[in-house]
Amino acid sequence: MTDTTVKITNSAMRGRMLREFWFYFSQNRGAVAGLVVFLLLVLTAIFASVLAPHDPTQQYRDALLLPPIWDENGRAGFILGTDAVGRDMLSRLIYGAQYSLFIGIVVVAIALTGGIIIGLVAGFFGGWVDTVIMRVMDVVLAFPSLLLALVLVAILGPGLTNAMIAIAIVYQPHFARLTRAAVMSEKAREYVTAAKVAGASNLRLMFKTILPNCLAPLIVQATLSFSSAVLDSAALGFLGMGAQPPASEWGTMLAEAREFILRAWWVVTFPGLAILISVLAINLMGDGLRDALDPKLKRS
Amino acid sequence: MLRFILSKLLYLIPTMLGITLVAFGFIRLLPGDPVLLMAGERGVSPERYAQISAQLGYDQPMWQQYFTYLGNLLQGDLGNSIVTKKPVLAEFLSLFPATVELALVAIVIATLIGVPVGVIAAIKRGSWFDQISMTGALVGFSMPIFWWGLLLIIFFSGVLQWTPVSGRISLMYFFPSVTGFMLIDSLISGQEGAFASAVSHLILPSIVLATIPLAVIARQTRSAMLEVMGEDYVRTAKAKGLPMRRVIGVHALRNAMIPVITTIGLQIGVLMAGAILTETIFSWPGIGKWMIDSISRRDYPVVQSGLLLIAGIVMVVNLIVDLTYGLINPRIRHK
Repeated sequence: MTDTTVKITNSAMRGRMLREFWFYFSQNRGAVAGLVVFLLLVLTAIFASVLAPHDPTQQYRDALLLPPIWDENGRAGFILGTDAVGRDMLSRLIYGAQYSLFIGIVVVAIALTGGIIIGLVAGFFGGWVDTVIMRVMDVVLAFPSLLLALVLVAILGPGLTNAMIAIAIVYQPHFARLTRAAVMSEKAREYVTAAKVAGASNLRLMFKTILPNCLAPLIVQATLSFSSAVLDSAALGFLGMGAQPPASEWGTMLAEAREFILRAWWVVTFPGLAILISVLAINLMGDGLRDALDPKLKRS
Repeated sequence: MLRFILSKLLYLIPTMLGITLVAFGFIRLLPGDPVLLMAGERGVSPERYAQISAQLGYDQPMWQQYFTYLGNLLQGDLGNSIVTKKPVLAEFLSLFPATVELALVAIVIATLIGVPVGVIAAIKRGSWFDQISMTGALVGFSMPIFWWGLLLIIFFSGVLQWTPVSGRISLMYFFPSVTGFMLIDSLISGQEGAFASAVSHLILPSIVLATIPLAVIARQTRSAMLEVMGEDYVRTAKAKGLPMRRVIGVHALRNAMIPVITTIGLQIGVLMAGAILTETIFSWPGIGKWMIDSISRRDYPVVQSGLLLIAGIVMVVNLIVDLTYGLINPRIRHK
């Protein structure tokens, strides 16, 4: 007797899922464009020391507030001009990509981890545990995010690390809520009951049985939080509460450039443009991810 | 309906208490001695220290301090600013109208442009209008508004010299504040050019503040319209030969507006965060700038109470949105 069932290994299954995901993701031209820009940004950050023509903190005292190279007063060697103390704009922007990506990754990692654990506990155990946790999350969500982050930084002290912690704390309830909602709808499904009957421990049920089935909305939220983290950390830097000078963080660069807005447009324009392009690329990717991961929208 | 309102109100109480706990805890979490922070004095003698400590109630146990704090709040006593020595509540009330005026104009701009754009984009799905407006909406949604404000200043105040850079009205004009809203007060004053000056000061900050809500509202309207247009009742309306304008205006739009109204209401929190940045850039004398200035001046009583007041306002507005939602959508009310 021959076995007619086709055996699908785990890796083949994964490959098939990835191909399906890519099929839906690549239908969205904007998402692919966003992905390309994002990858370029990652490469820029990784190879910053190779790409940057100058040291980002080197002050060329003979080249203060030089306009970009295409302006008649521009000087070769300083493609995007220099800032008020003679630092090369292009090099600072290239190194700034490191800050933005680093901030995004750290904030999302902290908020995601915290949110998943809190949301799993609340959704899995329910009852008073759930009530208490969710009321605390409501309190955090009652404050406008930037204001709460500002106040947290006032408590922790200004600086990049504290700004990242503050932003992560502010974002964390979104992940907790999403996880909880997903866990509550998955908890009653038969495969969970089956695992429970088979004797799986609570921890195994939470992390191995339920969590993998709740990941889709979390991935989308993580992408959106990544872009918000880049925006909010730049805003904190702009308000003097984030990364401190002479760091070439884009928001901090804008804060330093503020007094020159009517004299030297380039010191204001380029850092903001860098923020906008990065955030836009990540949001485009997020839109594509949502469409590709949302089963309701598929095949409709 | 009354039960619905009451249940919503009851639901808010724990969150309200939580917010007071955060504000109460804020002073005690700050690095440094809370007594010195709240007194805003340096190099105080031990006697003076004990005096301040007793005056502020810091010599009592923590739980008692909290209840005293709650009691003071209920009586409208939010403490005094270290810098100006004035009551925080009075300062807040004198600055609040400036922020409300800015936020109201911003939300009106965002709604008046965002809803029609979303509706047209949905009706003409896939057209060039849809693609351009939705790309624009995504750009607006991704915009660092502090930079956007600086760009507008460079162009409209620097290059074109059309608008002033900061403030609410030109120093040439002086009139008593009746409503606190510069647009209305300048009209009442009857001074020639005062209203135009108020408008020219307001236009750039309100555009900057409207940018993100506009993008969100346009996207939300489009997706709500698309969803509704696929419903059976819209197909029925089309099938029975109603003119397209009526199908869209009456059958589709009314139902699509329900989630959009919620979205507009939820933008209040976004506006408050945006107000901090917008008011800082345009030196707009509202509560956003007041909070930032107080944080950098270490005027902690102001920060503490400002935090409480802003969170309270956001919560009350969200409650009103929730209730409106129940009012227009009976399905929610009777759940």
